[in-house]
Amino acid sequence: MREARLIAVGGALVVLAAAAGAQDSTRGVRIGLRYDPGSKPAVVLLPISGPLADSIRAILERDFDYSDRITVIHVLPEDGSILAGSTSGRASALNYPLFGKLGAAAVIQITPTRSGLHVAVHDVAKAGVASVRDYPLPRDEDSPEWRLAVHGVSDALQETLTGERGMAQSRIAFTRNKTVMVVDSDGHGETALPVLGEAMSPSWHPGGNAIAYSIYGPSSRIIMLDLRTMKARDFGAQRNTTRITPVFTPDGKSLVYGLAGEDGSMDLFQVPLEGEAFPRRITIGRGSRNWGPSFNPDGTRLAFGSDRLGHPEVHMMDSDGTNADIFTSFDFGDQNDRTSPDWAPDGRQIAFQSRIDGRYQIFTMSLRDRQPRQLTSEGENEDPSWSPDGRHLVFVSTRTGTRQLWILDTESGRLRQLTRAGGSQVPAWSPRLTGR
Amino acid sequence: MTVMTRGYTLLLALASTAAIAACGGGAQAPAAAAPAPAAADTAAERRMREEAAERERTRAAAEAAAARQRAIDDSVANAARMAEEAARRDSDMLRATLTATITFEFNKSDLRDDAKASLDAKIPILLANEAVMVRISGHADERGSTEYNLALGTQRAATAKRYLVERGVAANRIETTSFGEERPVCTEATDACWGQNRRDEFELTAGGPMLMRPRS
Repeated sequence: MREARLIAVGGALVVLAAAAGAQDSTRGVRIGLRYDPGSKPAVVLLPISGPLADSIRAILERDFDYSDRITVIHVLPEDGSILAGSTSGRASALNYPLFGKLGAAAVIQITPTRSGLHVAVHDVAKAGVASVRDYPLPRDEDSPEWRLAVHGVSDALQETLTGERGMAQSRIAFTRNKTVMVVDSDGHGETALPVLGEAMSPSWHPGGNAIAYSIYGPSSRIIMLDLRTMKARDFGAQRNTTRITPVFTPDGKSLVYGLAGEDGSMDLFQVPLEGEAFPRRITIGRGSRNWGPSFNPDGTRLAFGSDRLGHPEVHMMDSDGTNADIFTSFDFGDQNDRTSPDWAPDGRQIAFQSRIDGRYQIFTMSLRDRQPRQLTSEGENEDPSWSPDGRHLVFVSTRTGTRQLWILDTESGRLRQLTRAGGSQVPAWSPRLTGR
Repeated sequence: MTVMTRGYTLLLALASTAAIAACGGGAQAPAAAAPAPAAADTAAERRMREEAAERERTRAAAEAAAARQRAIDDSVANAARMAEEAARRDSDMLRATLTATITFEFNKSDLRDDAKASLDAKIPILLANEAVMVRISGHADERGSTEYNLALGTQRAATAKRYLVERGVAANRIETTSFGEERPVCTEATDACWGQNRRDEFELTAGGPMLMRPRS
């Protein structure tokens, strides 16, 4: 947590979030332009009127904080009116010089309307309104859909302020107690989904409206759950087989999963969601185990786990199974063990877990330089999954003593704990859930 | 000598007449009262006394025979019960052998010698009890990745199945599955506990409650 200082400015009491050293240079930042790496615009969110005001403001300020791209300057509600420069009519004129002194690059003014929120973004340096927009919100206030819509406002504001859309309007699926759970990206609203057996490895359809997961044990199979209808599609079990790690292809038209048969070897198979085609084998394991696929953004290549070299490593191949090669070819000694790859949304790097000093840690490696970067060191850390913003990772950590989900900002190193109940495993970050 | 023999023969004739009369059934004279102290026994009185004694001997003999038969029956029933208990103990021992767990080295699925010995003990029992079906489930300790451990479990189950099938057990009697690291028998982060979790479990899914001892 950052330190907060209480200061008096122009007669108003303001809680000033501890600013980064680059604060002075942000005064000249012009919002709406392309994001300038290394600078974090500071923003004031004016107090909002209305019954759900505190809720909305709390969600937005938390989203800005969790984005790791924006510094929030906290203004106490009772001082909001003092900071307004004019009392004429719609009070859209603000005391820009005062906000400038506070170090704010932008001030956000939100007014609840009958159908949603009316949002004005003020550019402090330009001393004027930079953008005005109306955002509809669902009528059922404080419902999960309402919260998701507020997160959508937050993501849009982040895009206005930094040029990059946020990832607040997303969810994370994971398992706990053999059940698939879903939680909002800010940790709110943990919900258990109905499952048809002992569940593992949830993954999201690229449209965000369905989740696939596997069931292990004697009746092992893949299930696809439509989140709008809560109807499950069962892809069928077969005696003496085990099916794991289902993922959707980026075009949303097929499922790829690991299938083990009677001889104990496992290969990746692909089956289209529509039509009558049989599953098609896409890895040639020659008796090894191949599982845990992750596609690049355009679906032309995939990374996956394989023990074809005698121990688990991350391999890569074209989506039709050709040109297979090892990805994690760096050496940590005898007992190399690397698995659970997840391809980043920008296509340029892959996160995975690697055993080092007897424990798994989270690593990333770019496709270009192939230099591994270790991102964690405390406890044991596994199963990374990229956020749709391409800079945050959710993963499982034992650093508190039980398995919990944590979120890491790969640029600043900032960590926050997402779940509080132990036994959380195999997280999968959804795409942006904008279409709901 | 001749006189005595003749006398003896006469006595015998009298006794056998009385015996035959007694054996001839109850149509004869009713049970006589206790013979009076015989100072001067007539032959008839002597005969009645002997008939009564004979009937008494016969009754006692029949009772003794019945008691002996009951004892034999009890003994047979006892033996049957003991045999049944022995068979049940046998069956329990055979079941224990069939369901004994085998364990593996870290990240490996090949069979150690002790695992092979355990599987060898199961084979004759399986061959002697054709109706028995087995489910082999493969398990892993917590240290590998969650998902790889599910794959590793399938390999461990497959290895044990292949060993049994190669030695004559029909493949369709053995089902294989994997639980990965999801069903640990212990949760301590120690080598001993990890070793216990890296295992194949054997569950009888069909085949009747009583197992027969294999004929050697």
